[in-house]
Amino acid sequence: MSTDQGSFVDQLRVDDEPSAKRTAVLEGARKKPLGRRLLQSWQLYLLVLPAVVWVIVFMYWPMYGIQIAFRDFTPVGGITGSEWVGLEHIERFVTSYNFWPLLRNTVVLAFYELIAGFPIPILLALALNAVRQKYFSRVVQLITYAPNFISVVVVVGILVMLLDPSTGIVPHALSLLGIDAPAFLTDPGWFRHTYVWSGIWQTAGFSAIIYLAALTSVPPELHEAAKVDGASQLRRMWHIDLPAILPIAIVLMILNVGTIMSVGFEKVLLLQNPLNLTTSQVIDTYVYEVGLKSPIPQYSYATAIGLFRSVVGLILLVAVNSLAKRTTKAGLF
Amino acid sequence: MSALDTRAARAPRPDLTTPSTAGSSPRRIREPLSDRVLNVVLVILLLLFTLTIVYPFVYIVSASLSQPSAVSSGEMWLWPIGFSVDAYQAILDYPAIPRGFANSLLYSTAAMLVGTAVTIAGGYALSRRDLVGRNVLTMVFVLTMMFSGGMIPTYLVVKDLGMLNTVWAMILPTCVSVWQLIVTRTFFQTTIPHELLECSRIDGASDLRFFGQIVLPLSKPIIAVNLLLYGVATWNAYFNGLIYLTDESLYPLQLVMRNILLENTFDPTQMANADPARIAAMQQLADQLKYALIIIASVPPLIAYPFVQKHFVKGMMIGSLKG
Repeated sequence: MSTDQGSFVDQLRVDDEPSAKRTAVLEGARKKPLGRRLLQSWQLYLLVLPAVVWVIVFMYWPMYGIQIAFRDFTPVGGITGSEWVGLEHIERFVTSYNFWPLLRNTVVLAFYELIAGFPIPILLALALNAVRQKYFSRVVQLITYAPNFISVVVVVGILVMLLDPSTGIVPHALSLLGIDAPAFLTDPGWFRHTYVWSGIWQTAGFSAIIYLAALTSVPPELHEAAKVDGASQLRRMWHIDLPAILPIAIVLMILNVGTIMSVGFEKVLLLQNPLNLTTSQVIDTYVYEVGLKSPIPQYSYATAIGLFRSVVGLILLVAVNSLAKRTTKAGLF
Repeated sequence: MSALDTRAARAPRPDLTTPSTAGSSPRRIREPLSDRVLNVVLVILLLLFTLTIVYPFVYIVSASLSQPSAVSSGEMWLWPIGFSVDAYQAILDYPAIPRGFANSLLYSTAAMLVGTAVTIAGGYALSRRDLVGRNVLTMVFVLTMMFSGGMIPTYLVVKDLGMLNTVWAMILPTCVSVWQLIVTRTFFQTTIPHELLECSRIDGASDLRFFGQIVLPLSKPIIAVNLLLYGVATWNAYFNGLIYLTDESLYPLQLVMRNILLENTFDPTQMANADPARIAAMQQLADQLKYALIIIASVPPLIAYPFVQKHFVKGMMIGSLKG
């Protein structure tokens, strides 16, 4: 498994190393003045134009709008005309009584998801790859991918129906076994488990695809040689298969740590109810509540909270990336 | 193989078969017991995991077709009891649901086509190494994966564009995924040989013509992947509808479903031909209706996915694995 084939996000590296062949071909083009070259490839610019327009309007314009985090936004003043108040909103958030619970809920939930969700797709891929009945393995793959294509509303709907304390099948089944079903949906202590494990149920099969693809690049000779030397299946999985997927696993791990501040909040919002708020209120759902849901929306305050979240997330990403680069040389950028 | 044979002949160990006992494939090493046990264990574990995925769906299909009392008492656990399609009939008669279904179909089709067109065209241009400013352009896109404006500023942009409460708000703000754009770019970089471009240049083809007549026919897998991912993502989205729409006639199915499933806003009096007897019956049927709704909403993505599954692994893998 070479690194350049393995790193999932090598594509993010903005590289330009034209091979000798290419330079030779393009030499003619490169000698021409910049203006000529720009003009020459106008058709390519035409192709990329819609994407550029989209990214400017729906990505960079909102970034420009972040400045309302430092202003007192009024509809009349708009983004640039409202009064400048500096860091007032961010200060207010950091010192509010909500700050620590929100931060803790966000980080705990994200870390739980990360730690529990990371090994399972790897184990699944290793098992699918090792099973000798290839047809069975393919059927299992086909079925386990499927939940990934279902909406969060459906997943939460299924949870609500199946876990309902009075009519759901799960509490019924547990009571047959003599177990009192916990309040999966309303107990703040159970919210995180319900959230994380339903997420694993939904995405494990799909996340395993990438590891399975990495496993197909393991040369069969390695396994044959190991077999001849008397290595058991388990040892071969440990010493041959696992090292083959490790580079990708590390890169995916970095990516996941980078997004730790933005837990899948659309699902959190759906699973949220007044009874489990003490653990289910995360930063993003709070932004929604303060900024859009409340009858008196506080655009500036909500933007400031969102900005705080993005900046911490960015710092985390950069930090984890440089750490990974130093230790494993498998960074993203 | 000959090396194996000599070794087997020299030191016949219990896990190596001699030709006489191995039947049809005499020259293979017989798996040691521990490996066969492990294989059985793995098969059982995989079966269990598959079951946790299959069972909820079987249960929900059965529940939507059963008598309400049999479901709520826990009597029904696998196959329908007291078969009835009342719940599906009720769904058709509840105006918000067919309307939401039609809306979602419109939004996903539009977002799928727009998103794929923009992504394929942009991804191809960014894959060309002779594009001046390619690195800067790529960086412009990649940056947005690490940092974004956030919920409120995006909302304000949509509002300033006058898109609130329009179909556009459901299609445009999320119709392009930068991640898919980068994957698509990588796909083109690794699958379209540079020699092709040289050849068609010599034959006098322009960039647009090369793209339309050579590149597009060669990129069916990545087109299929983009169509599927954009279509499914838009079909499954509810949050855009929640924040950008207040007009209920524009609600996508997911939002209608969220309100019925999680906020319990099902109101039988809104149904077509709602006489008092039917309204009373509907109160009974409320849970069945939820099961039926879950089925209806998951059918389109689950139908779409096996069709492109073949392309899926190919397109995705080439795009995301090979840097």
